[in-house]
Amino acid sequence: MKNSPEIKYAIGKGIAIRGSDIDTDQIIPARYLKAITFDGLGEFAFRDLRIGSKGELLDHPFNDEEYQNASILVVNSNFGCGSSREHAPQALMRWGIKAIIGHSFAEIFSGNCLALGVPVVEMDAVQIEKLQEWIELNPGEEIHIDIVGEEIEYNLERINVKIPESHRKALVEGIWDTTALLKSNPEEVKQLAGEIPYIK
Amino acid sequence: MSEGTLYDKVWDSHKVRELPNGQDQLFVGLHLIHEVTSPQAFGMIREKGMEVAYPELTHATVDHIIPTKDQSRPFKDDQAEQMMAELESNTLEANIKFAGPTSGDQGIVHVVGPERGLTQPGMTIVCGDSHTSTHGAFGALAFGIGTTQIRDVLATQTIALGRQKVRKIEIKGELGEYVTAKDIILTIIRHLGTDGGVGHVYEYGGPAISKLSMEGRMSICNMSIEGGARAGYVNPDETTYEWLKSTDTFKKDPKRFEELLPYWKSIRSEEGAKYDDIFEIDCNKIEPMVTWGTTPGQGIGISEKIPDPNSMVESKRESAIRAQNHMRVSPGDDMKGYKIDVAFIGSCTNSRLSDLREACKIVDGKTVSSDVRAMVVPGSQRVKLAAEEEGLDKIFLEAGFDWRLAGCSMCLAMNEDQLIGDEACASSSNRNFIGRQGSKDGRTILMSPVMVAAAAITGEITDVREMI
Ligand code: SF4
Repeated sequence: MKNSPEIKYAIGKGIAIRGSDIDTDQIIPARYLKAITFDGLGEFAFRDLRIGSKGELLDHPFNDEEYQNASILVVNSNFGCGSSREHAPQALMRWGIKAIIGHSFAEIFSGNCLALGVPVVEMDAVQIEKLQEWIELNPGEEIHIDIVGEEIEYNLERINVKIPESHRKALVEGIWDTTALLKSNPEEVKQLAGEIPYIK
Repeated sequence: MSEGTLYDKVWDSHKVRELPNGQDQLFVGLHLIHEVTSPQAFGMIREKGMEVAYPELTHATVDHIIPTKDQSRPFKDDQAEQMMAELESNTLEANIKFAGPTSGDQGIVHVVGPERGLTQPGMTIVCGDSHTSTHGAFGALAFGIGTTQIRDVLATQTIALGRQKVRKIEIKGELGEYVTAKDIILTIIRHLGTDGGVGHVYEYGGPAISKLSMEGRMSICNMSIEGGARAGYVNPDETTYEWLKSTDTFKKDPKRFEELLPYWKSIRSEEGAKYDDIFEIDCNKIEPMVTWGTTPGQGIGISEKIPDPNSMVESKRESAIRAQNHMRVSPGDDMKGYKIDVAFIGSCTNSRLSDLREACKIVDGKTVSSDVRAMVVPGSQRVKLAAEEEGLDKIFLEAGFDWRLAGCSMCLAMNEDQLIGDEACASSSNRNFIGRQGSKDGRTILMSPVMVAAAAITGEITDVREMI
């Protein structure tokens, strides 16, 4: 059944992006979607928040030297709202993000993350703020995410988190490549199609 | 858990099996594709040596990158040309019907599907575009998907999806004059929040919905996603069937209409259906809405004052402060009188024939303010043609509007239609996110098309009801 790598944990340095309702247009502005592959999207992650109108570097964690090899993104609520563009998680992943911890996520966005094998982890809002503060005071320190046990560990502390059950199972068992999963029963699909009134 | 709703019925009849991860495998009745989110998916299936499983259930058009002034090929923008060419070759190779710019059927994918009768009640419809929720207006289960899922659908005509909760939104009362469906949905999002619908599908019902045209229902379902709901729908009724009857699909084959009618009637939510929760809203209290911020939930009625972030729940405060700084407004101010530079009538929310007709009534015989760049971008080639047959184009042009070719245009500014610098735009689109209309300093104020028309004339946000 397994069709993709098992992802049971993620370990890496944290990077905090503060603010709720961070939409996909902020994660990657539409004008950078004009390409027929996802290659090279990493450099456009948070592009308009990182680079000013005159090309100057703005104050943004993704620009900050201290976070250049961070891989665990920590965000607030309703992250990834807006468009269905998979370019958003693609850009983050290609920048180097391996997992995202947040208070809540827009649904299409988290589904898109799963399809890339990027876990999205939900945590209490107060705990998120604490973690973001800790990251800002301790850049370069590691965060451990235990996907099997739904826990994170940092600063010698363990905190319970939530991963939607279908995502958790898919990651842990290595069945997040849905194409392989869905392609295994073409006859059954055909039969159902035959029963749907509007399909000729 | 919900029971006996349209959502439950359509879900169950399209469910192939439960997957090992707990999600369901759902059959997809209609797959719509456009040029931005599909090329990577075609690339992926090609890489894996797979083929498109059910090309006859897939329809393509081009909308996001298409120029709305000069569509001669090659397009002036190389990247746009490349995306267009890629869609042409992908659809040709896979034998997928493509409504291209010379077909007379091209337009925004969510305008094209319904107007051609591709969108029907009781279907499962997906598209790599979040506003696929629009098609729910016909009683279809329609949701936006990511590119990996497009790959799944191309390869198998199915997707893996978890079941959601169903919230009924009961809409009562009567809309006042020049208060529109757009104002209803902006009010709903304002009350339930931009993330209020996460994990839910919205069923819109009640007397006000029954009275609403298909176009109005589409505007509401369209913006379900702005409220965090992946899908929204309206139970099909006589209004729906009337619309379907007049489409090509059923004009060509009226027998098919009779054949399908019993199915359409059977999927309506039962009288005693169970919902996960119910939210009520009274149309009598709604006035024309405008946004003051940078999310669609940050809206007020035109005669209300801009709210004070300090009076909001903590989770909304910081985003409200950020938004007010960006928009350069302060708590207690009016939005009425806010100066605009651009007026945009278009997008899959509000670019259908009835939207243009209503806007025309406001514009007729008046002149666009000399400080304003105003444009109308019809949602499809058919809308454009129909509007021209009625002479709407002349009314807009005489008033000083630009009359463009069909496409997404300034809704997301992937073509040359963009805000410049910190321009403020009265827009009939669905998203006021920072940078959405092409300039990161640009300011977008969402409202109905009649409100955009009024603002275009006066040069500032105006209560359309005071103009007539
Ligand atoms: S009009 Fe705007 S919202 Fe609609 S499909 Fe086009 S870009 Fe998306």
